[in-house]
Amino acid sequence: MNKQNAYISMDNLAVGYNGKAIIRDICIDIGKGEIVTLIGPNGAGKSTILKSITRQLSLIGGKVWFAEKDLHKMTSKDVSTKMAVVLTERLKAELMTCYDIVASGRYPYTGKLGLLTEADERMVDDAMAAVNATELGPRDFNAISDGQKQRVLLARAICQDPEIIVLDEPTSFLDVRYKLELLSILRNMAKKKGITVIMSLHEIDLAEKISDKIICVKGDRIYRYGAPEEIFEEAMIRELYSIDNGFFDPLLGSIELPAPTGNMFAADEADKAAGEEPAAIEPKVLVLSSGGSGVPVYRRLQKEDTPFIAGVLAENDIDYQLARLLAAEVITTPAFEPISEEAFARAMEAVESCERIIATEFPIGTANSRISQIIEAAEKSGKLERN
Amino acid sequence: MSDSKTKEVKVNQQEPPATALGGYHAENFRRRTRCAIVFAIMIAAFAVVIVININSGNVHISVGEIAKAIFLREGQDKVLDIIWTIRLPRIIVSMLLGGALALAGFLLQTFFENPIAGPYVLGISSGAKMVVAIAMILFMQNGLHVSSFTLIAAAFIGSLIATMFIVAVSFKIHNMAALLVAGIMVGYICNAVTEFIITFAEDSDIANLHVWSMGSFSGMTWTNVGVCLVVTGGGFILTMLMSKPIGAFQMGQNYAASMGVNIKWFKIALITLSSLLTACVTAYAGPISFVGIAVPFLIKGAMGTAKPLVVIPGCMLGGGVFCMVCDVIARLAFAPQELNISTVTAVFGAPVVIYMMVSRRRQM
Repeated sequence: MNKQNAYISMDNLAVGYNGKAIIRDICIDIGKGEIVTLIGPNGAGKSTILKSITRQLSLIGGKVWFAEKDLHKMTSKDVSTKMAVVLTERLKAELMTCYDIVASGRYPYTGKLGLLTEADERMVDDAMAAVNATELGPRDFNAISDGQKQRVLLARAICQDPEIIVLDEPTSFLDVRYKLELLSILRNMAKKKGITVIMSLHEIDLAEKISDKIICVKGDRIYRYGAPEEIFEEAMIRELYSIDNGFFDPLLGSIELPAPTGNMFAADEADKAAGEEPAAIEPKVLVLSSGGSGVPVYRRLQKEDTPFIAGVLAENDIDYQLARLLAAEVITTPAFEPISEEAFARAMEAVESCERIIATEFPIGTANSRISQIIEAAEKSGKLERN
Repeated sequence: MSDSKTKEVKVNQQEPPATALGGYHAENFRRRTRCAIVFAIMIAAFAVVIVININSGNVHISVGEIAKAIFLREGQDKVLDIIWTIRLPRIIVSMLLGGALALAGFLLQTFFENPIAGPYVLGISSGAKMVVAIAMILFMQNGLHVSSFTLIAAAFIGSLIATMFIVAVSFKIHNMAALLVAGIMVGYICNAVTEFIITFAEDSDIANLHVWSMGSFSGMTWTNVGVCLVVTGGGFILTMLMSKPIGAFQMGQNYAASMGVNIKWFKIALITLSSLLTACVTAYAGPISFVGIAVPFLIKGAMGTAKPLVVIPGCMLGGGVFCMVCDVIARLAFAPQELNISTVTAVFGAPVVIYMMVSRRRQM
């Protein structure tokens, strides 16, 4: 992005506490109406960056340009009409209703005594309606749930009529429904009103889905910065979070535990003894599935710590996406073609060698017609389980 | 077809908020009414206490006579004299200083973000008292006249020193209970120094100092009233002008900053104002306990809100009424022996503070 389009521009920023930089050389340009998400492991400095942008922390070095002005040289009042925040720290609300909390967003615009005009009151109404919190209005802020609080705080930020909203982990404490609701409100605001959203998220799957840009924070530099499709590669995410006991599937945005090895207990003992990892055990289960019907079976076997072979899957099969991560072996065949000789032979071998064969319900047509032969063979061997 | 559909959706979206809007607007109205009622009750109590105060003691004067004497300056010379030179100055000073104490308490509670902060428990009153005692003895030994200004200036310096010390401690200790203990210790040290000075001072005038150092509204003159009115009135107006940032600060420092409050200057203003108000009280009436904590708590509870715009005048009026009542009791409970005012305010204030801590613990 060229400098002219950049709305917020971090120029060689160094951020940290007490004069010591934790993260340096931050050079990032953010456009108007973009949603930018910071991801990274705990303690990487996401909050430190956000606090520096909101001026809670003074900068160690560099500058933040905001609409061509030096953000840290603007007056507090000037900034307060342009930037609203939703912080991780608890907002203290003594005897305040949710309406009062939202109305406090009008602070920069009211007169000496802070009285709301009719126009202000209308903005409060609108902001509460925008986050579906109207019915919370008369309730005591301290008496509502965390999810409701978060919505009220967002309404408060909206009410401040800002050009940027900075949110520090807005989805912590929220259940799935409120997470989705909150993020869809943010997306609406960004796209309809052109409000720039800068936030940190723990849920990388949600970050992938909502963000225009992702900032990966790790170590003393920005690890990577770019569009989600550039950032979300399996290896990249593993590296960012130093994951060595699980997977992230960038395609579906799901997080997976490690594949079953069949030696969970043996591994424990080996740990005690010498710290050496025992070799994986030969898989004794074959799963025959297609079109997603295998997923629950894979997950069950994973929980039982039973290694398995998955088959016979085309590479565009949804089962393939998970089998790739969890199965000890995947018997694959080209998509939209009849099952290949090679795959068929391997599957028949597996029928021989495995002790259990699990077949799920899935349609069999011309392309995968040979699978019925495999199932028949399994049935004859008496090892077949229908799922 | 599509048009009618969108219309339908719109109607559906608008309807539930319309009733809910009524919900919180009604709630806002209810709360405003509640505040108005609390003010009305306090004003009524204020009038009643004035009558009781004047009507009590050695001389009984009827309500009609009191009204006449105050508003028309008519009546027997003796009655006029009692009302105008003895009772009224004392009443007005107790009212003003009571309000000042409650305000100082409210400001300190805002600053320390804790409801149990107040000028007395944090040792600020005692700091003011100590410096006043030192100043008085220095002046008297050198045969100098001690003016109101000198008294207030000395008390202001004392309360600022004590406040600064507590603020410095609060940077190190974030635990509020520990901070209170530190404040109480400061109070003990300052009291010990004051006692020491008073005990070893030779001047016979020091006897007066002893009465004052225990806290009392007795012996007030119209000059005292004038000075109290200027300092307390000024403090009140300045606090009212700060009601907007105080409201923001109540939500937490970082939120206040994001709303455009200049935190550094705001904090300096809070400390200066609360020190000034405490100084004025201590210079004239000595240290008075618990008003600063109990009154703001009661006012917030009665009004059902912590909004500075109503709580500040509420504290001023409520503190005034509270101290007037306590002063009447101090004067009359064991007449002709007069109690010191702190004894009475403690009897009423301390249980409120205990109740407050217990009820807060339950909430958490």
